[in-house]
Amino acid sequence: MISIKEVEHVALLARLELSEEEKEMYARQLGAILEYAQMLNELDTADVPPTAHVLPLQNVWREKDEVGRQLEPEEVLANAPDREGQFFKVPRIV
Amino acid sequence: MHDYEAVIGLEVHVELKTNTKIFCRCPTAFGGDPNAHVCPVCLGLPGVLPVLNKKVLEYAIKAALALNCEIAAYSKFDRKNYYYPDLPKNYQISQYDLPLARNGYLDIEVDGEVKRVGIIRIHMEEDAGKLLHQGTITTTPYSLVDYNRTGVPLIEIVSAPDLRTPEEAKAYLEKLKAIIQYTGVSDCKMEEGSLRCDANVSVRKKGSREFGTKTEIKNLNSFKAVQRALAYEIRRQVAVLEEGGRIVQETRMWDEAEGVTRSMRSKEEAHDYRYFPEPDLVPLVIDRQWVEEIRASLPELPDQRRQRYIKQYGLPPYDAAVLTATKEMADYFEECVALYPNAKAVSNWVMGDLSRLLNAHNLEITRCKIRPQQLVDLLRLMDKGTISGKIAKTVFEEMFATGKDPEEIVREQGLVQITDEGAIAAVVEEVLAANPKVVADYLGGKEKVFAFLVGQVMKATRGKANPELANRLLREKLENLKGR
Repeated sequence: MISIKEVEHVALLARLELSEEEKEMYARQLGAILEYAQMLNELDTADVPPTAHVLPLQNVWREKDEVGRQLEPEEVLANAPDREGQFFKVPRIV
Repeated sequence: MHDYEAVIGLEVHVELKTNTKIFCRCPTAFGGDPNAHVCPVCLGLPGVLPVLNKKVLEYAIKAALALNCEIAAYSKFDRKNYYYPDLPKNYQISQYDLPLARNGYLDIEVDGEVKRVGIIRIHMEEDAGKLLHQGTITTTPYSLVDYNRTGVPLIEIVSAPDLRTPEEAKAYLEKLKAIIQYTGVSDCKMEEGSLRCDANVSVRKKGSREFGTKTEIKNLNSFKAVQRALAYEIRRQVAVLEEGGRIVQETRMWDEAEGVTRSMRSKEEAHDYRYFPEPDLVPLVIDRQWVEEIRASLPELPDQRRQRYIKQYGLPPYDAAVLTATKEMADYFEECVALYPNAKAVSNWVMGDLSRLLNAHNLEITRCKIRPQQLVDLLRLMDKGTISGKIAKTVFEEMFATGKDPEEIVREQGLVQITDEGAIAAVVEEVLAANPKVVADYLGGKEKVFAFLVGQVMKATRGKANPELANRLLREKLENLKGR
């Protein structure tokens, strides 16, 4: 189970504003998901190494440290809610 | 205050000097127009995939080896989640439980004692963007964001809580900077932000084994700020405890102008980064042979170079330490010594007049107009007796300002030393004639006035008289007068 308080904490971290009804609903739904995932605890994993990635791949990297193409400033700022010159403009942070 | 000791640990971020960013091919160059060095990957646009720049891994391994760390056989990246406008994806790709390197150390020297400071871990991560405020962050009407720096490769170096004083913290930082600069993987320029430092500090009663509650200090923009902020914070914590209060675990900002640390209380203070493995990047299995190749490619590091200076050049340990503190100064010194065998003479000039002028003009030695060959030419002019040591200092200042050859300056300004006995003797006569009272004092037994008379001779020749000759001739003349 997950408490209303935990839902509020996660909502704050995710910058979500929830109504009382939504908090109840998410507590129920998230609780159900966690409960389902609990099933994994029934398995004996003592001899199973931890997995960091689901694909059987390693060491995928770019060999050449060479500069590629960048976006044009107008493309960069196309989605900016607000701008000043070539800067993104944001409300006061703290 | 004396009953307490501080426990200090430093977290240092160093930008790696690769051409491109850690997960995309944007340039890492400092400066540039705002938001000009960005692409969909570092802007965190939907649907993009980061790919690790292998050079970042190589440089990080190199730095870790130089700091005596063990390199992990298996490592991975994780997401550190938080909301802040300098972070376009709302998470930073970092490393959490399987960092690249662990268990290193470096040695510092404070008050003549060598102390080993542990390094707990070194991990790779991406830098965030840059925020611009009008005035301070709390009073600005709005803020501006430049994402050029987003995705520039960083290593974070976490020290053990082994440091006990602000001086030790400064010594650790200076040594760390020197070692990393020597490896060539970073410029480590604090003023450009390519080396940044946060400090964790707590205090406890001397003899206690337990740690007190710590605070984290941010906004430390110079070595001096680190030292001052720690000294302030230690005093503050001791005062709180002495008044029966308790320390609150929190982040505090150093205010350089006021010289105080201030609490940064905010809702986000409840740090909950919800780290999880970065699914867009696959794990790293680090080839041992590659690590050994990188180890073999390490240049001579500061401690080794210092030892060599003592052995090879016969320099005092102090000189060796000062000269090797930065790679640039050591390189400069060695270029001079390659041209001129008297290492101690070179050391005196580099540590003395040259360093003084560099500091006074806030210049790096790489920007110095005096080339090693020119400094050596100046030393040779002194050796040949063309100029005196006093005139050499004047010539040196002129060289520093203009970059001209010493011979040229000496010729232009007529600074060639006067070694003609007759010429100096004539000046001595003039000085004696012009100062009858002083001469009488000398003859009456006041030996101290001799220095004044030498000074007058030097003044009359604008410093060009050979000092030994001037001394000898003056002494002879006066003794002659005594005999009468």
